[in-house]
Amino acid sequence: MTSKNPEYDFKWCPGCGDFGVRRALEFALQDFCSYHERPMNSNVIVAGIGCSGNLVHLVEGEQPYGFHGIHGRTLPIAFGAKMGRPDLNVVVVAGDGDFLSIGLEHVAPQAARNLDVCCVIMDNGVYGLTKGQSSPTTDLGVITSSTPYGKLESDLNPLDYYLSIGVSFIASGYSSKPKDLGKLIQAGMEHKGFSIVHVLSPCTTYNDNYEQLKGNAKKGIEPIIFDVPKEHDIHDREAAHKLVNAAKIPIGVIYQAQGRPTLDQRLEDLRGRVKVRSVQEQLEVFVF
Amino acid sequence: MAKRQDFVVRFAGEGGQGVVTASEALARIAADVGYHALTFSTFPSQILGGPTWTQARISTTPVLSPGDSVDVLVALNEEAYETHKEDLSEDGVVIYDSSFTPNSSGRMFGMPFDDLAKQAGDIRTANMVMMGALANLVGMPVKFLQDFIVNRYLSRGQAIVDANMKAIAFGVERAASTTFQIGELEPPIKPNYKQAMIRGNDAISIGALAAGLDVYVGYPISPATPILIYMERNLIGSGKFAYQSSSEIESIAAIVGAGYAGKKAMTATAGPGFTLMGEGIGLAWMAEIPCVIVNVQRGGPATGLPTKTEQSDLMTALTPAHGDQLIPIIAPGTVEECYYGGALAINWAERYQGPVVLLSEHSLAERVQNIPKPDLSQIVPEVRATYQGTNGYQRYDGYELSPMPVPGKPGAYVANGSEHDAMGDTTHLPSRHIQMTTRRFSKLKLLEENVYERENTDAPIAVMPWGGSKGPAMEAYERLKAQGTNLAWYYSMRINPLPPKLLEELRKKELVLVPELNYLGQFASFLRSHGVNAQAITQYTGLPFRPKDLVNRIKDAASAASRKAVSV
Repeated sequence: MTSKNPEYDFKWCPGCGDFGVRRALEFALQDFCSYHERPMNSNVIVAGIGCSGNLVHLVEGEQPYGFHGIHGRTLPIAFGAKMGRPDLNVVVVAGDGDFLSIGLEHVAPQAARNLDVCCVIMDNGVYGLTKGQSSPTTDLGVITSSTPYGKLESDLNPLDYYLSIGVSFIASGYSSKPKDLGKLIQAGMEHKGFSIVHVLSPCTTYNDNYEQLKGNAKKGIEPIIFDVPKEHDIHDREAAHKLVNAAKIPIGVIYQAQGRPTLDQRLEDLRGRVKVRSVQEQLEVFVF
Repeated sequence: MAKRQDFVVRFAGEGGQGVVTASEALARIAADVGYHALTFSTFPSQILGGPTWTQARISTTPVLSPGDSVDVLVALNEEAYETHKEDLSEDGVVIYDSSFTPNSSGRMFGMPFDDLAKQAGDIRTANMVMMGALANLVGMPVKFLQDFIVNRYLSRGQAIVDANMKAIAFGVERAASTTFQIGELEPPIKPNYKQAMIRGNDAISIGALAAGLDVYVGYPISPATPILIYMERNLIGSGKFAYQSSSEIESIAAIVGAGYAGKKAMTATAGPGFTLMGEGIGLAWMAEIPCVIVNVQRGGPATGLPTKTEQSDLMTALTPAHGDQLIPIIAPGTVEECYYGGALAINWAERYQGPVVLLSEHSLAERVQNIPKPDLSQIVPEVRATYQGTNGYQRYDGYELSPMPVPGKPGAYVANGSEHDAMGDTTHLPSRHIQMTTRRFSKLKLLEENVYERENTDAPIAVMPWGGSKGPAMEAYERLKAQGTNLAWYYSMRINPLPPKLLEELRKKELVLVPELNYLGQFASFLRSHGVNAQAITQYTGLPFRPKDLVNRIKDAASAASRKAVSV
C-alpha cells in the first residue's frame, strides 16, 4: 500500500486525474480522523476494478484498511462490511465503468436503504485499463476502440441519475482541485447516509478532456464546468434538478436530503420493537 | 399375520387443497405418540393449483427414505388418482374424494371430505376426516388422534375440539364400513430421549446460529427461501444483521464484505443463484475471507426443476469460480446432519479462512422429520485466528494460514482478489503466484477430519452414497445385508476434503458403488480422481431413490463386478 513497493507494478499514466483524487482522499481521511479522533485503521476503502481501483494500493502515509475485490461489486462488499460493522467508516472508490455499467444495478438499492457509505467515483468517460472502450458516460457518437463508427448509446448524466433514485448526498468534483475535492469527500463521509462524490477525472491517454473541462481562453474554448452558485440551496431537490440539467457541469455540493434515517438506524429501531430469542429458545419451538 | 413396521400415506391433489398440511399433520400426530415419521413433498412452482403431492412415512423405527411404494393414497381429484395409482403397493388402498368416481374398481372407497367436515361443524376439519379413515385402515388406536386434538386445540375452545372429534369419527366410520385393511401397525416404541420435529432448512439455520452466525444476506429462491425467512425472523440481535438482497451477486459480495470485517457470514441459494455467485466465491477463496454458502440443490441447469430434488451441483460446488480452487464442501444426508453440518460449515470457514459450501438438497430442505433434539452443547463455535500486533503486518506472508487482521485494529492491509504480495498489493510475479496458490491450497489440510461411517469393512465391494441419497442407500444396504450380500458401507458428510483415512480404505476396495441423483456420476468421478475405483449408480428423475430400486441395482452392479473378477 505504498508506491514504493517494488513488487507492485501498476502505474497511472502521467497527468492522470486519479492522482488528484488520491491526494483529495488522503486529505479527507486525515481530516476526518483527526476531527473525530479515530484511528486511520477504522477506515475501509473498497475499490473497484479498473485504473481507479488501484487507488487503494497507492494511498500514502498511515494506512486505512482496503479491499480490492471484483469488477462492479464495490457496493455489495461495502454493504456487508458496513452492516456487519457500522462503527467503520466505509469508502467506495470506483470508475464510471465499474460503478455505472457493470455495477449500476447496485446503486439504486443502496439509495433506497440509505446505506451509510461514501462513494468516490472517478469518471474519465472511458475504459482505461482495457485500453479505450466506450463507457456509459462517453458521449453519443464518439469513436472509441469498441465504437469504431461512433457510439450508438446516449451518454448517462450521472448526477441526474443519482438524484432520480434518491441518493441522499450528491456532490460533483474535479480532480485538478484536490483541496476542494477533499472537502467534498469529507462532507460525503460526514453525511449520515448514502453519499456519492462524482469526480471528473480525465484520462490523458484515451480521453484527454482537460482543455474542455477548464477551458482555454487563448483558443477561445469556454470551460464546461462551473462552481455551484453560492445561493444554491442544497436541500432543495427541484433546484438540484435544474442544476444537474444545466448546459454545463456544476462543481460542488448538489443535494443533501435531511432527516432520512440510515439503514443501520432503521435496523436499530427495529431491534427496539422485536423480541430477540436465544438459539436455545428458538430450538424449543421444534421440540415436542 | 405379522404386524406392519411402517406404512406410507400419500396425499395428492391440487396446490392449495391442504395436501401439505395433511401429511405434516399425520407426521406430527404419529411422532407425538412415539412413531418415527418423515414427510416428502413435491409441488409445482406456483402458489395455487397444479398437481401437488406429499407423503408421510410412519414407522416403528427411525427411517431415512420416503420408502418404496404407497400403502394408502388419498386422491383429491381424478388426475391425482390416475397419476399415482401405479405407485400403490399390492395391498394398497385408495381413498378418493367423492367429487369424482375413478373409472376402475378395486381396493378403494370414496368420501365427501368437505361435506363431512361441514357436518362435523368446521370445514377446516377435512384433514381429520382423512386421519380417522387412515387410523382405521392401519389399525392405529383412535385415542392417539383424540389425544392430539385435545393437546393441540383445547386452548382454543371446546367447540373446535368437538368438531375435530366428530370429523375423526366420520372417517373411522366410513373406513370401517369397508372390508379393506392394510395390516395392523405395530404399537410405537416411544423414544426415551427428547425429540424435535423439524425441516432440513430450519435445522441448517439453527446449526449456523448455534455456531455464532452474525450476518446473513440472501435472495429468495426455491428451495432455499425458508432459510432467508428464518434468518429475517431470528437474526436480529445487537451486532447481528439479516437482509434480503437485490440479487445473488449482491448476496455473495455482501457476505464476503462482512466476513472481511470480522463477522461470521452466510448466504443460502439454489442452483441458478449459486452459478451467479461463482465469481464472488472465487474472490473469497483468493482474498482468504471466511464465509458460508448454502446451496439447496434442485434440478438443473438453468431454471431446471425448481421444486424437485437432484444432486447435480457437486462439480459446480467444487469449482464454482474460474481458476485454480477447490472449495470445501459439507453435504448433510439427514435432517439431523443439516443441523450439525450447518454448524460445521461456519466453523470450517473460520478455521481455514475461506468460503465453505454446504450442499443440501430439496428432499432434505422440505422434509419434516422427528430427530433427537439437537444438542447445543455439542457445538463448539470456532473463531478465526486474528492478528493482534502492530501496523506493518504482512497478512499474506508464507505458505500456510496466518492470523487475519480485523478492520478497526492495527494491521491494515488490502484484501485482494487480484494475485498479490504479502501485504496485499497486486503483483504478477510468478514466484508470488506460486506462493499464494500453494498457500491457498495448503489450508485445506486444516479441514481434514477422520469422521465417517464404516461397516463390514472386510468386504471387497462397498456402497458409499453422499448427501440425501444416504437414507435410501442405507435402507437398501440393510436389506441386502439381511439377504446375506457381503457389502461394505461407507459414508461421510465431509465431501471436500474427504477424511484421509476414509480415502485410504476406499482405495483398497475392488469397487465402490456410489448411488447419486445426477446423470454424470459426479461424486463417483470425484472419488476416481482420488484413486478410488468408484462406479456411480445414477438416477435423474427429480425424485429420490426408492430403496427397492437400489437393492436391485446394487446387487446387479456387485455381481457384474464379481463375474468380471472371476473371468480375469
